Amino acid sequence: MSTVDAALLDRHGLIPDEYQRIVAALGREPSLTELGIFSVMWSEHCSYKSSRVHLRTLPTEGPRVLQGPGENAGAVDIGDGLAAVFKIESHNHPSFIEPYQGAATGVGGIIRDIFTMGARPIALMNSLRFGPMNGTHGARTRRIVEGVVAGIAGYGNSIGIPTVGGEISFEEPYTGNPLVNVFCLGIAKADALVKARAEGAGNPVYYVGAKTGRDGIHGATMASAEFDEKSAEKRPAVQVGDPFMEKLLLEACLELMKGDAHIGVQDMGAAGLTCATSEMGARSGSGIEIDVMHVPQRESGMSPYEIMLSESQERMLLVVKKGREREVEEIFEKWDLHAAQVGFVTDDGLLRVKDHGTVVAEIPNTALVDGAPVYHRPMARPAYLADVQHLDAAALPPVHAQEGLFRILSSPTVANKRWVYRQYDHMVRTNTIVLAGMGAAVVRVKGTSRALAMSVDGNGRYCYLDPRRGAMLAVAEAARNVACAGGHPIGATNCLNFGNPERPEIMWQFAEAVQGIGDACRALDLPITGGNVSLYNETDGTAIYPTPVLGVVGLIEDASRTVTRVFRGEGDVIVLFGETFDELGGTEFLKIIHGLVKGQPPGLDLRKERALIALLVRAAGIGLIRSAHDCSDGGIAVTLAECAFDTGGIGCQVDLTEVRGADATLFSESASRAIVTAAAQDAPTLLQIAAEAGVPARLIGRVGGSRLRISVGGRVQIDCDVRDAERQWSTAFNSYFRRQAS
Amino acid sequence: MKFAVIVFPGSNCDHDAYHATKHVLGQDAEFVWHKDTTLKGADVVILPGGFSYGDYLRTGAIAQFSPVMTAVREFAGSGGPILGICNGFQVLCEAKLLPGALLRNKDLKFHCEHVGVRVEQTSTPFTNRASAGQVLKLPIAHGEGNYFADQVTLEQLESSGRVIFRYCDNGGRIADEANPNGSLNGIAGICNDRRNVVGLMPHPERACESALGSEDGLVLFDSVVASLASSGALMA
Repeated sequence: MSTVDAALLDRHGLIPDEYQRIVAALGREPSLTELGIFSVMWSEHCSYKSSRVHLRTLPTEGPRVLQGPGENAGAVDIGDGLAAVFKIESHNHPSFIEPYQGAATGVGGIIRDIFTMGARPIALMNSLRFGPMNGTHGARTRRIVEGVVAGIAGYGNSIGIPTVGGEISFEEPYTGNPLVNVFCLGIAKADALVKARAEGAGNPVYYVGAKTGRDGIHGATMASAEFDEKSAEKRPAVQVGDPFMEKLLLEACLELMKGDAHIGVQDMGAAGLTCATSEMGARSGSGIEIDVMHVPQRESGMSPYEIMLSESQERMLLVVKKGREREVEEIFEKWDLHAAQVGFVTDDGLLRVKDHGTVVAEIPNTALVDGAPVYHRPMARPAYLADVQHLDAAALPPVHAQEGLFRILSSPTVANKRWVYRQYDHMVRTNTIVLAGMGAAVVRVKGTSRALAMSVDGNGRYCYLDPRRGAMLAVAEAARNVACAGGHPIGATNCLNFGNPERPEIMWQFAEAVQGIGDACRALDLPITGGNVSLYNETDGTAIYPTPVLGVVGLIEDASRTVTRVFRGEGDVIVLFGETFDELGGTEFLKIIHGLVKGQPPGLDLRKERALIALLVRAAGIGLIRSAHDCSDGGIAVTLAECAFDTGGIGCQVDLTEVRGADATLFSESASRAIVTAAAQDAPTLLQIAAEAGVPARLIGRVGGSRLRISVGGRVQIDCDVRDAERQWSTAFNSYFRRQAS
Repeated sequence: MKFAVIVFPGSNCDHDAYHATKHVLGQDAEFVWHKDTTLKGADVVILPGGFSYGDYLRTGAIAQFSPVMTAVREFAGSGGPILGICNGFQVLCEAKLLPGALLRNKDLKFHCEHVGVRVEQTSTPFTNRASAGQVLKLPIAHGEGNYFADQVTLEQLESSGRVIFRYCDNGGRIADEANPNGSLNGIAGICNDRRNVVGLMPHPERACESALGSEDGLVLFDSVVASLASSGALMA
């Protein structure tokens, strides 16, 4: 075919230079099917062509790492011969177009990544960002929130994997481009991780799961372009999820993987059959030949182009040992699934696609995977920074502290998210030992004494003000959160959500953020074992805040020593680990109370953070602390209030050392801090081990009474009934949806 | 004593029921596949929570036709104790082993949380170790738990003492605010005429260990163990 023109290339999201590279790789003009295959494999979503040079700088190794980036998910050793397999992924674009299905299929996709590795998925989390739920686009945003939450619930609840935690925030730049990042963690035998490999010429290649339809064609390409008002017309590119089908696939695959008839498995997610065949081949230096006539199809008359590019959900590609076919087929039959042999492994390194015996595509796998373009895109420090980084905090009008606290507690980002997590089955599989909303999520590992703490964190506002430091703070916060539960952080995964990388300012934000993640992870001995990049998060030319989201997994050696955020009993002492500085830049306080997104985000000394994390893990491990809560969004005032919530109204009396006025003392979001409590007689030991760890620690008050009473430098600033504050906090989020309640 | 945990392809609380009976209670337990036609000599049958066959049509609607249900019906007919939890309750209603139906929650949303559940009757194999009026803290996790029956059936259930569990507040009071899904009369669980088949929406198997936030569900399993021990099943 030689009718490749500019319009055709444009529809495929390819530029003329990329087309020339395709011609060079093939030594001829591509067929239309081949062009389609190249276009999805070379899309930003699949090829990481803009981000790859930066991602290479991330630390990915460590003594516990069993699998770093490059497979379906990463894996770390958690002892007892077990591995924690986990990853985070975005489904931003589909979730904006069709919130329920977009979010649901995002959950389905990340679950497949985990069980493909031979792991039993045991926990889901999510990180969500939307525009404000009030104002001009409030109604639309509320519909998106409802749809996304229902979609996550609908999929996770049905398949029976608990959604144990997450985070949600609301900021203007996400109005036309919400972020839906989903995380999944599974447990596998450390010596039986399954790889996505196509080894052994002649071994059969099986297709299992849902039939292929015309849905989702060019989904990967869609996720690699900006949005405009015509985006709603792209709805057919969003897939429809079938959690029951995935449940069958999950159980059947895990049953198969208990034996040794399999060679490699890969799920068909973005770029579907194309990606699965070419990547499995490329990883093993082999080829795969398939005939699309064997691919189970949902509708008639599908072309090879459509079959290869379809992103129909709940499909897997398996390479099994020759001679073991019957055994494999029987397992899938047991689960009422049809396993169709669509082809076989070859040793010629080619992806060869036939249609009823006629070759319609023949491409070297390495050209599709390793041969994808790699761009060193131009970068430029954005001009906006000079303006937004300047903040004269001393000139801000003073605020009544208690009123300020109540307003922050009522902001949807800080308010209780029960409306959300109540829709998620967060208890199924009976491992959830810290219930949703009580701190970092913690699931026990049955058959061992251990548990895993998990947290997903990001802060778009900080990253907007300073991408490098904001990204470092995201790593630190996620690690600190799991440490507060008593978990030693052992591995991380990241989801990098940014705007259009073809703009030098966006590329600069991206590069800075990746630097920040790398710096923080190196300092905290935290390997990044995988993740996902989502670019082109722009609608009508407006980019989102640069938003790296970190998922950190921590190991709790003794599950019975797990710590939650809430006060445990009257008379316990309250200790502040870390120091508060005059740091109101980028805070929730500044945004909610003063309507400003300005200043420098809080400073971060990674040595201090490392010391704090070690201290928290040690103190929890020896059973010294009774509660621990990371001090971040909303500052120390909000942190103390949250420690008092869900206790049945137990209060506290606290006196804080003043830092430039009450506002800065109460609402500064200085990093590397935590509020912990301990039995009164343990206070000296606690302060002693803090000193040994080099962490500033100060006894600031006691748990007790029914009032939340916080003084600064001896002057009472906040004095209210815990229940009054809690009412604000627990009703604020629901109030946006009250009209629909019956 | 042997528990059979029925596994439909979309069951997802099967492992939880197995864990609670086998590892927490220390009883014998075995999974029974939906295509099986026998119950493998079990003394008690649990129909666990989940989404039996995807439940896109109506919860439990297809499960009633699965091969294993013939054996379950026979077991019920012979007076064997059967506990249907959540989706298992829905399946028992669809299979007409229990009356009524579970409609969508009144607010149309899935609810997962701990709720108060009051034991109304102790004269069933699953509640004989509880005391009447005892308040259990149990998790619910369902989108379709809104119990409905026609007026005649409802009156029969009430007058014959077949409402076994009701949603209540912490003090044991039955009130609309404590009813998470709109169930008629706050009904959380019922039994059949013969009282050997019990279905409830809350999840006792998720409340058998203090690490999970409640051990109140144990009483249902302790009850059936005690009930069978006294009836001599253990001697078999």
